[in-house]
Amino acid sequence: MTDHATTRPRAERLVTFLTACLGLLTLLLATAGPARAQEGSPGPLRLELTEGVIEPLPFAMPRFLAESAQADTFASQITQVVRDDLVNSGLFRAISPDAFIGRVTNFNAPVQYPDWRAINAQALITGAVTVTDDGRMQVKFRLIDVFGQDQLIGRQFAASSQSWRRMAHKVADAIYARLTGEQGYFDSRVVYIAEEGPKDARRKRLAVMDYDGANIRYLTDASDLVLAPRFSPNAREIIYTSYETGVPQVFLMNIDTLSRRLIDQERNMSFAPRFSPDGRRVILSLSDGRQSDLYTFDIATGRKAQVTNTPAIETGPSYAPDGSRIVFESDRGGGQQIYVMAATGGSAQRISKGQGRYATPVWSPRGDLIAFTKILNGRFHIGVMGTDGSNERLLTGSQLEEGPTWSPNGRVIMFFREAPGAQGGPSIYTVDVTGRNLRRLATPTFGSDPAWSRLLE
Amino acid sequence: MTRFASGTPWRAALILGAALALGACADFRGDGLGGDGGPGSGAGGVVPGGASDPASSAYFQQTIGDRVLFAVDQSTLTPAATAVLDGQATWLLEYTQYTATIEGHADEQGTREYNLALGARRANAVRDYLVSKGIAAVRVDIVTYGKERPLEICSEEACYAKNRRAVTLVAAGAGV
Repeated sequence: MTDHATTRPRAERLVTFLTACLGLLTLLLATAGPARAQEGSPGPLRLELTEGVIEPLPFAMPRFLAESAQADTFASQITQVVRDDLVNSGLFRAISPDAFIGRVTNFNAPVQYPDWRAINAQALITGAVTVTDDGRMQVKFRLIDVFGQDQLIGRQFAASSQSWRRMAHKVADAIYARLTGEQGYFDSRVVYIAEEGPKDARRKRLAVMDYDGANIRYLTDASDLVLAPRFSPNAREIIYTSYETGVPQVFLMNIDTLSRRLIDQERNMSFAPRFSPDGRRVILSLSDGRQSDLYTFDIATGRKAQVTNTPAIETGPSYAPDGSRIVFESDRGGGQQIYVMAATGGSAQRISKGQGRYATPVWSPRGDLIAFTKILNGRFHIGVMGTDGSNERLLTGSQLEEGPTWSPNGRVIMFFREAPGAQGGPSIYTVDVTGRNLRRLATPTFGSDPAWSRLLE
Repeated sequence: MTRFASGTPWRAALILGAALALGACADFRGDGLGGDGGPGSGAGGVVPGGASDPASSAYFQQTIGDRVLFAVDQSTLTPAATAVLDGQATWLLEYTQYTATIEGHADEQGTREYNLALGARRANAVRDYLVSKGIAAVRVDIVTYGKERPLEICSEEACYAKNRRAVTLVAAGAGV
């Protein structure tokens, strides 16, 4: 995929202002509490932060133009995916095309600003799609600050038309990044467990999908029980637990070729694997029944190193983004709690401090937060805390939910929630790190154990 | 690190594992798959390998008792559990042609990976007890299923209590 600017951004004054406001917004969200941003500011962007609630930024996005015959369907689909990405983030609101006054019939025609100001579109997104006979697709788009009368982005992507959804996600990522000052997260994938059948005879398959639930591809049939897959940093491999040998053991699979191999050549029970940030090592729990300890395996050499050695259950390890430390759960103090220590072992520091049990800690890709599952008075919650355990906040709660995983930019958490009862089953949800914008992902079967990739390369 | 199933040849363990994964129940229904006769087979009215044959896996399951239950988040054996396990140990000491695989299970009210470790602990508590009663450690394998194989499917304590279990599966002819 190629990516180059077609037009250089013009006046930067307003851009700076927009970015500054969103930056301020982010800062205020991070520290929580009621606030109002940019009161009395002269700028056109009305982004209000009141009682912790964002006023989503209204944008207009006419259907992208089809500049070749084969591009017509793609243009509609790409427009839809970009719109869904932005709206689902909770930060943007799409103005209905029914309200549009102006029409865009030529990608290069001058913008009729009054038409878009009249419907209070803060941002205007226009685009065009071309497909050539050899199946190559070009997607170009502009992001326009309507009230500032300024083009913020003009860019194009080119790739095989088979990659049309990825190109749409890249458009949305570029817009998100320009307007929030943060990296996007839409061009990413999720590996998860697709579940079918009755609760006492559940069939589980490994599956990958786009972050939004589209493009599902199943990697295994249901012949072996499989659990809790996680992506390698480049998203080309996964590690997961399978009962292929009769006991739970961690496998490494290339998701393109589907070739797979055991991580541990000895017959230990192993589970809860995660890659190191450089992708060279896997950390996991090995259990002989008496104790479950953390070990690392060098992927190239197979060299094994023990990280913890206690009679306790130690599991759920997750690396800090720089690889120097890990966070994990242990019942060494009597119940499930969250600890941080050097990635090679040593003394561990308990960081969970509240009542209840704490499980499944995951280090944020930004490095600033730990997401976790909390079990308190028979209810399960997804929450976040500082890496020292400070500022614990619970984002969601239900009878049974667990397994948080971070979006590539650390703004959104995905997890799964089990509907109770004999007919119940798990579904995958997302929630903003602020606790807003809880959404259920529409997967065709029950879904559990999601793990989010980094942004695709 | 103690190896899981120390002494069990990798291939034999694989076959055993595969058999368990494919037909854990079918093996233990007393339809002749489990026992292969043995002393006393053919005695009046006893169908060899049937549930009335004391040497059958079906007899073990139905008469000796193949499972013990645990309290929430515990792997300690209760007096009721050790009574069942005493019977299992006596039976295994008598019918030495059998090996045992202990499955450890948890209820759904826990996180998945912790429950795998908890199930392993429960299975191991049973293994340790049987070994303490004289069963050779090489005859006893363990496997955890965490909360992946519930027996009862309601989301209430009545079901959870039955799912917090360790089940001893016996199979003959593994060449001890």
